[in-house]
Amino acid sequence: MTPRQKYVAFKTIVIKEVLRFARIWLQTVLPPMITTALYFVIFGNLIGSQIGDMQGVRYMEYIVPGLIMMAVITNSYANVVSSFYGSKFQRHIEEMLVSPVPNYIILLGFMAGGVARGLTVGVAVTGVALFFSHLQVHNIAVAVSVVVLTSILFSLGGFINGVYAKSFDDISIVPTFILTPLTYLGGVFYSIHMLPSFWQHVSRVNPILYMVNAFRYGFIGVSDISLYVSYGIILAFIAVLFTVALWLLDKGHGIRS
Amino acid sequence: MTTALSIRDLKKTYANGLVALKGIDLDVEQGDFFALLGPNGAGKSTTIGIITSLINKTAGKVSIFGTDIDADFATAKGFLGLVPQEFNFNGFEPAEEVVANQAGYYGIDRAQAFERAEHYLRQLGLWDKRREIGRNLSGGMKRRLMIARALVHEPKLLILDEPTAGVDIEIRRSMWKFLSEINARGTTIILTTHYLEEAESLCRNIAIINGGAIVEHSSMKQLLAKLQTETFVLDLRAPLMQLPVLPGHRVNLVDEFTLEAEISKERSINALFSDLAANGIEVLSMRNKSNRLEQLFMNLVDGNHFPAKHHETGAPESSA
Repeated sequence: MTPRQKYVAFKTIVIKEVLRFARIWLQTVLPPMITTALYFVIFGNLIGSQIGDMQGVRYMEYIVPGLIMMAVITNSYANVVSSFYGSKFQRHIEEMLVSPVPNYIILLGFMAGGVARGLTVGVAVTGVALFFSHLQVHNIAVAVSVVVLTSILFSLGGFINGVYAKSFDDISIVPTFILTPLTYLGGVFYSIHMLPSFWQHVSRVNPILYMVNAFRYGFIGVSDISLYVSYGIILAFIAVLFTVALWLLDKGHGIRS
Repeated sequence: MTTALSIRDLKKTYANGLVALKGIDLDVEQGDFFALLGPNGAGKSTTIGIITSLINKTAGKVSIFGTDIDADFATAKGFLGLVPQEFNFNGFEPAEEVVANQAGYYGIDRAQAFERAEHYLRQLGLWDKRREIGRNLSGGMKRRLMIARALVHEPKLLILDEPTAGVDIEIRRSMWKFLSEINARGTTIILTTHYLEEAESLCRNIAIINGGAIVEHSSMKQLLAKLQTETFVLDLRAPLMQLPVLPGHRVNLVDEFTLEAEISKERSINALFSDLAANGIEVLSMRNKSNRLEQLFMNLVDGNHFPAKHHETGAPESSA
């Protein structure tokens, strides 16, 4: 295929993926908006008013970046894992496999679909946040780059999960038992400086901590972690996950006999 | 003539140890309408899966229009269109998008992809259903949608794995006509089917696969010429209570209005009619008891010797 044809193939996969989650927006875009609004009301307003300031800002403003990031992570992951597993289940992944489109284009296409949903939900949740808080932006470049890279990372994670999944149960195990706990323990609702020393060290093993903090830095200019370390960790994870996902696709794991 | 598909010593052993292909050789010439037949589990779908990259081969060579799939699978796949046995499109996508997206995977611009989708959906009588999601289409429509999808990038080699399974006779015949037309325009077609009359009427060349090995590979004419006997069913005008002696003929009285006659290739059917007429038996109509290809097929896949070999080994052709 020529580079132009590869671009067309990539665009086709992205359009297909975007239309997929857009058609079912009641299942994909609306629920995270409602969930996040509840977080804002309960944790931000009701409980947050009792907590006071956190690292120099109102508790509400402190948790907004983390909640946006949580929605982006969950939706990027969920989009790719459900779409890829669905395409295996209905066997329409074969449409791409029999065509000359290279595997890395297939991977990039699914990944871009996950990023599109993650960012769409991120923007929608940010819109909800504006009803509850005065959203300040400390460094827009950091905020945007971190949220895009994080979305890429979890889209790739969702892809790998989709490759290994053999049933619909398998696509919910990782989000339920790994992703959600890591997100909650990733400093969305608190600063790790509030934890005892031991648990601060344990928290640093959690990659989501670095993403939430870097994103928060973009909004309020406060982070528990060095920005460079955060970028380094996110990029390293992306490189590893992309390599693994492409290797699985080349090997045909779960899709070729 | 260019070879559309060349397979050499193709082997496949699945992870569970099942040997699906034992080293098959197969050639399909450009422009051919080729039948690949075999019973369930014979290795047809495995062969097609390897050609289309859905199954990894264990050993052997496959070339599509001279391009080795090991050297340049992307180019080789560009020549191919596949209509699989099972429905494998996204049931939640409108028919038009299913076809246009497939064009996109071959690098065809979106605007042109939709133009081509319209062309093929109209040709296959699905244009009115273009906005209908795939899962809401009838079985015959789904089959036609998969044909439109397989053709949208205008492949040189079209592989159809039981394309008419489960469709009614009217649609089946219209699909035969459509496939004959695209073959006449130059598209090479490989067809697998369990409707042997379909293979006999459409295909010029044939391979029969059984137990992972090719047991027959010839032209349809040559294969049918090997048939030593044909069984005809004769419908009689008047009831017949007892079958008269008909020397040299193998005839059974099925019921008072029906005879079954097995006619040897060496004998003239006129002789039978003469003898029936001489006994005052008037035949109203006549038909084959079973499809000729079906008889051959059963001989081959049952593991029996070929009829010609019966003859060679002196198997007698006794008369009734």
